[in-house]
Amino acid sequence: MKPAAFNYVRADNLDEVLDGLRREGGDARIIAGGQSLMPMLNMRLARPKTLIDIMRLPELARIEQKGGAVTVGAGVRQAALLAWPELGNALRLVAQALPWTGHVQTRSRGTVCGSIAHADPSAELPLVLCALGGAVHLRSAKRRRHVPARDFFAGMMATTREDDELIEAVSFPAGQTRCAFREVARRHGDFAIVACAAVATHKGVRLAVGGVADMPATREFPRLNAGGLDDALNAFAYELDARDDVHATARYRRDLVRLIGKDLIREVSP
Amino acid sequence: MSRLPASHRHAVQFTLNGKPCSGEVEPRMLLTDFLRHQVGATGTHVGCEHGVCGACTIEIDGKLARACLTLTVQTDGCTVRTVEGLAPAPNRLGILQAAFKRNHALQCGFCTAGILMSLDHFLRENPAPSEEAVRDLLTGHLCRCTGYTPIMRAAMEAAAEMAGEVNREKSDA
Repeated sequence: MKPAAFNYVRADNLDEVLDGLRREGGDARIIAGGQSLMPMLNMRLARPKTLIDIMRLPELARIEQKGGAVTVGAGVRQAALLAWPELGNALRLVAQALPWTGHVQTRSRGTVCGSIAHADPSAELPLVLCALGGAVHLRSAKRRRHVPARDFFAGMMATTREDDELIEAVSFPAGQTRCAFREVARRHGDFAIVACAAVATHKGVRLAVGGVADMPATREFPRLNAGGLDDALNAFAYELDARDDVHATARYRRDLVRLIGKDLIREVSP
Repeated sequence: MSRLPASHRHAVQFTLNGKPCSGEVEPRMLLTDFLRHQVGATGTHVGCEHGVCGACTIEIDGKLARACLTLTVQTDGCTVRTVEGLAPAPNRLGILQAAFKRNHALQCGFCTAGILMSLDHFLRENPAPSEEAVRDLLTGHLCRCTGYTPIMRAAMEAAAEMAGEVNREKSDA
């Protein structure tokens, strides 16, 4: 398992990155921590002509809190966000979910934005970004745009990023205190069989589910009586179109969505 | 900006276990292969080659990394530490290595290099770890021989011994 040949560009500033993406488009891939992309290269599921390394750009390695949101740059490693002293206060849900992302040995290299870019349907960071209603900050040589998480993920490992765009940062709304995360996996750090995140909103609870559909699925649950909630969760579980695979059956996944979903909704409801 | 074309070999230089190390590699050369096949440092093992098994775990710039998920060209100018850097002197084992030997924390030894690197790094940062924290660390490694119990025992013993040594040094001074 060795990668196919590619050119390697070590960028020293952002213009070089954007210029490379403008010229090479879909033939180029950004490499940051490499914890998702390198396995894809080793297994030759991805065969880019050029890799653009952005990890020597200090301007991308920033975590900033302003205007009710925390913005995490493309060079911020998962371990750096986990060690950020404000994390527990500002982003309680991220603090709960991030220890489930990979292992100590991969969080030390893997970036937050890299996981978002990879868009694995069972990954925790895309799930949490959707649950919180965060946004992805895209930038090309021509323009900048902010895409809400719900419009960013487009399917299994597919996003609405254009070929010439860099994910410059992602932003998470800060200050949610009534939130909860739970995951079932074969082994801590493995990809989730089912992962759920719940956030209290002014209307009720927003529940996001990962590992079942081909991208994180979000649903608003208004305040319901117990029977109404069971029915709503059951309908949601079926709509996710769960499939059998080597890890779990579709039925087991639906069961987990109903059980964990109910637990979390109760936990965060006032 | 440095642009390294795919078809050429490029000079890389980094510090390996305290000594300068250099070579010429294609951009696609994995660090595992460079270490093993070009440098001859075969202590770093290659298991799954997609970051799951943990056998190739090393330290890059003081942080744990999977060498199989690292391109050699990414480590240019970095400080790399591998299992060959653990022993304090030739023919002498470090505290952690000795604890592994004493507790039979390895059988075939395939996973051991990576686990030692993770634990060495972890115990330096967490001198009084809980069993739970060590277990969490070990989820990043696969061992198919030991059932992990002797590895846990060795890790906790090594942590206690390291803490004891620190105290001895203090009382000697």
